Amino acid sequence: MSKPHKHNWAAFTALVAGLVVMIFPFVWMILSAFKSKADVYAYPPKWIPSGLNWENFARAFVMVPFARWFLNSLLVSAAMTFLQVGSAIFAAYAFSKMRFPFKGAIYLVVISTMLLPQILTIIPMFLLIAKLGLVDSYGGLILPELFSGFTILLLQQYFMAIPDDLMHAARIDGCGPLGCLRHVVIPNSGAAIATASFFSFLGHWRSYLWPLIVVNSTKLRTLPIGLKYLITESSNDYQVMMAASVMAIMPVLIAFVFTEKRFIRSITLSGLKA
Amino acid sequence: MIRKFRLGKSYYEWGESAIAFFILLPTLSLVALFILWPLVQVFYLSLTNWSLVKGTKDFIGLDNFRFLSKDPNFLKSIRTTFMYSFIKIPIDLVLALGCAVLLDKAVPFRRFIRASYFAPVIVPIVASALIWIWFYDPGIGPFNTILKTLGLAPVNWLSDERTALLSIIIFAVWRGLGYDILLFLTGLQGISETYVEAARIDGANPRQIFFRIKLPLLSPIVYFVLLMGVINSFKVFTEISVMTPNGGPLYSTGVMVYYIYEAAFTRGRFGRAAAASVVLFAIVLALTLVQKKIAKKSVFSE
Repeated sequence: MSKPHKHNWAAFTALVAGLVVMIFPFVWMILSAFKSKADVYAYPPKWIPSGLNWENFARAFVMVPFARWFLNSLLVSAAMTFLQVGSAIFAAYAFSKMRFPFKGAIYLVVISTMLLPQILTIIPMFLLIAKLGLVDSYGGLILPELFSGFTILLLQQYFMAIPDDLMHAARIDGCGPLGCLRHVVIPNSGAAIATASFFSFLGHWRSYLWPLIVVNSTKLRTLPIGLKYLITESSNDYQVMMAASVMAIMPVLIAFVFTEKRFIRSITLSGLKA
Repeated sequence: MIRKFRLGKSYYEWGESAIAFFILLPTLSLVALFILWPLVQVFYLSLTNWSLVKGTKDFIGLDNFRFLSKDPNFLKSIRTTFMYSFIKIPIDLVLALGCAVLLDKAVPFRRFIRASYFAPVIVPIVASALIWIWFYDPGIGPFNTILKTLGLAPVNWLSDERTALLSIIIFAVWRGLGYDILLFLTGLQGISETYVEAARIDGANPRQIFFRIKLPLLSPIVYFVLLMGVINSFKVFTEISVMTPNGGPLYSTGVMVYYIYEAAFTRGRFGRAAAASVVLFAIVLALTLVQKKIAKKSVFSE
């Protein structure tokens, strides 16, 4: 890649055509969130809203408990991220920097869980949660999805890159294994932990199958479950559905814009080695 | 003096091992409780008539599997899942590889383009599915508006038995493409210039360089994308559940996961649903093993 290249405009044109297709749904969503009902049903169809109708957003909050769903998702995702990344830091550290019996076998079990389809374990999981009396509760939403092999794998990839010399130096200074974790590994892994947290948060923000099963009451719905029921409960008011989608999608897209570089590097790092 | 013990051929420190197991405890208990125990349990459940509605939980041997082998909806759900897989994966592979090859060339704004293709991957599927439900609306959806403008007959997309699954696949390709592009692009950028240069000196044209040099070097990634593609198609559920309630017109989008979900959580037939998920697992396992065998023969390794 050392030669200076001339820009390849043919490739660029083809890619831009594809790009328009890829982001058109988002453009459509944002434009339509401001449409009036008349705009939506107009013929010939209107691509651009006739004015900025903020009332669609307001109606999403009035028609359904949208604020509650949003808060549920925020709360559950934040709690799960904290617990998941917290436990994964310890596990990843043990797997990457410590010696203990059966390490290889345990690691294999933990990582190969990533290949199990969730649906295989979901029925016994539901019976277990029911036995614990946690159906339709925050605990029931959070507990079963706390573990993630991916988060451990991701952190472990970063921890392995921390030079062993640094660890030895800390050992000589009198650090035990936990001291090394606290004084060497964690301070050197800020970016890795931030990335893992973002992945983890995103995973829970998007989670659908388990919340759909474990939640019955309207007020405990997370955002994706609420949005699913919005289809029937808004009686096909597309402009309100779009306003709700904007509110579910935009936080993710904005966060992605700021973390894009690191985010994409982590995927190639862990996705390929899995 | 650090106290050590021997296990097999290796020595371990008592203190370090104890700390390791202690800090692994949260992870290991979650795995045991929410993955390994359910994994054992699901096989047992598949041999019972566990039902929330009837209140039964007796051992019935292989009856569930006998029932499934004759249930038209279950057999259809296997066919539908395979069809989803067979249609979606080739489209996905070709498009993703094509885009990655283009992105590997000297194009301006490469990072921005790559990120835009990736955006649909990260947003909540339910939210983007809502947008596409509107796209597919037979009356006021943009797709039919375009067809009408072109003088073509409108299509009933999600509500027609013949097009429902295809509509889901188009959506699924859109939302997953960016991920595979990213994997292929990383692979292409990892190919050493020296191979390409050597081929060029030997007089190879760009097409030969791609098919003879780059594609074989890329085969581990093609294999990975294929494997994940198959595993993921046997997981597909969210868009099915959101875009085509009740498994679509005439159960035309009732994939296996949907069948299992419905059997268990709409009808309360846990035993039967567990048996269906065991069948799903067996299929995924078999396909993975077959792919591994093929990979051994055709995947290039350095």
